[in-house]
Amino acid sequence: MSFVPLGVVNKLNKVFSSFEEAVSDIQDGSVLMVDGFAGPGGTSQNLIRALRDLGPRDLTIVSNTAGLASVTGFGTIAGDIPIDIGILVDNEQVKKIIASFPVSPSPSRPTSFENAYKKGLVELELVPQGTLAERIRAGGAGIAAFYTPTGVGTLVSEGKETRVFNGKEFVLEHALHADFALIRGYKADTIGNLTFRGTSMNFNGVMVTAAETTIVEVDDIVEPGEIDSYRIDTPGLYVNRLVKV
Amino acid sequence: MTGEKLPREVIAMRVAQELQDGDVVNLGIGIPSLCSQFVPAGRTVFYHSESGVLNYGPMAEEGQEDQDLINASGQFLAPVLGMSFFDSSAAFAMIRGGHIDVTVLGALQVSQNGDLANWMIPSRGIGNVGGAMDLAVGAKRVIVCMEHTDRGGNPKIVSTCTFPLTCQTCVDLIVTDIAVISVSPKGLILLETAPGWSPRDVQEHTEAELIVSSELKDIAL
Repeated sequence: MSFVPLGVVNKLNKVFSSFEEAVSDIQDGSVLMVDGFAGPGGTSQNLIRALRDLGPRDLTIVSNTAGLASVTGFGTIAGDIPIDIGILVDNEQVKKIIASFPVSPSPSRPTSFENAYKKGLVELELVPQGTLAERIRAGGAGIAAFYTPTGVGTLVSEGKETRVFNGKEFVLEHALHADFALIRGYKADTIGNLTFRGTSMNFNGVMVTAAETTIVEVDDIVEPGEIDSYRIDTPGLYVNRLVKV
Repeated sequence: MTGEKLPREVIAMRVAQELQDGDVVNLGIGIPSLCSQFVPAGRTVFYHSESGVLNYGPMAEEGQEDQDLINASGQFLAPVLGMSFFDSSAAFAMIRGGHIDVTVLGALQVSQNGDLANWMIPSRGIGNVGGAMDLAVGAKRVIVCMEHTDRGGNPKIVSTCTFPLTCQTCVDLIVTDIAVISVSPKGLILLETAPGWSPRDVQEHTEAELIVSSELKDIAL
């Protein structure tokens, strides 16, 4: 297949020159999606730092963890000091976390979140990891809610509607949306087509679809056509802002 | 005089015998993560991880670690031919959709009807669910491997779980440091004991009632 150039793409202007500029309109009370599974790979560390410096408060953050790489070294190469959403908790910007793996596996090494949670400074909505991913997917795909078998008969399904299909019980879970997603990608083109690298795709690959404004930090930004069209992970319509690391 | 309790590696070796050629397998954190070292020669097992990777092999060598190549335990993986990567919604569609043949999970408690509790110690007041609830409900076969009793000597195989549940009636096989037990509609069947352990010894360390298999044997590797 031979591809021909597309016109007028530069007018989209998705490329921002700084992390500060890219997050500058995130306000108090915003709902954010931020991830990296649990380690620094796939975590938008530069956008998180810019958000800390900007300082909006009362944030609700949807994330697989509540920030643990900086304490546990999860997925962290020796000598690296990763930034995670724990710095937003430390800076008292977070009202609520929606997560599947909120605390350190080891009680003797509590994270910023666990300390704040025990003082009653931050709320937690605990969600099984697959349900979290599917709630985000549903949010990006126009699905209001769905029935899943995960969590039936456990604390995470308490008070939720259940229904039996083919003799098996399922629990109703609702879609998640965000005002902003802070995404870590690998390579993008100027119209927002995006690729991820290895296991850094994880929640980034689905959160990119579920926010009003999706902001992506990437290793490299190239012209359309420079990424093989057969290898694009996320089509450009999901991506609003790009910043090169 | 009872025998020794089996070390973690030996528990993992016994579990590894359960993994069949061609199985897609998801290994949990702790003893389960050791199982991949002990798969019998001649069998190819495809490993899946919630971090969004299928068909990973050995861990990365020191100095070769890549932060974009991890499993759900945070271990660095070596790049191998035939690996594939996908996002978290696909990783869990594979799990809930019945595409994972076996998951091996650790446990705090297992009940006699196969309920699993493995995500929260109530005294901490908070815990990590992670992918355990999805794996327990979605994998075709759920194998639990763990020490038979907790650090205080209390039985972890109980008549009813007192810790918060991960999943109801999901466990198929329990492999511990003293026994192999299957969960059946009739109850818990004691299939194998560690060398030097009698069925009575195992029962004394087990709160739930065990049915001794007519084909009871020693755990063999």
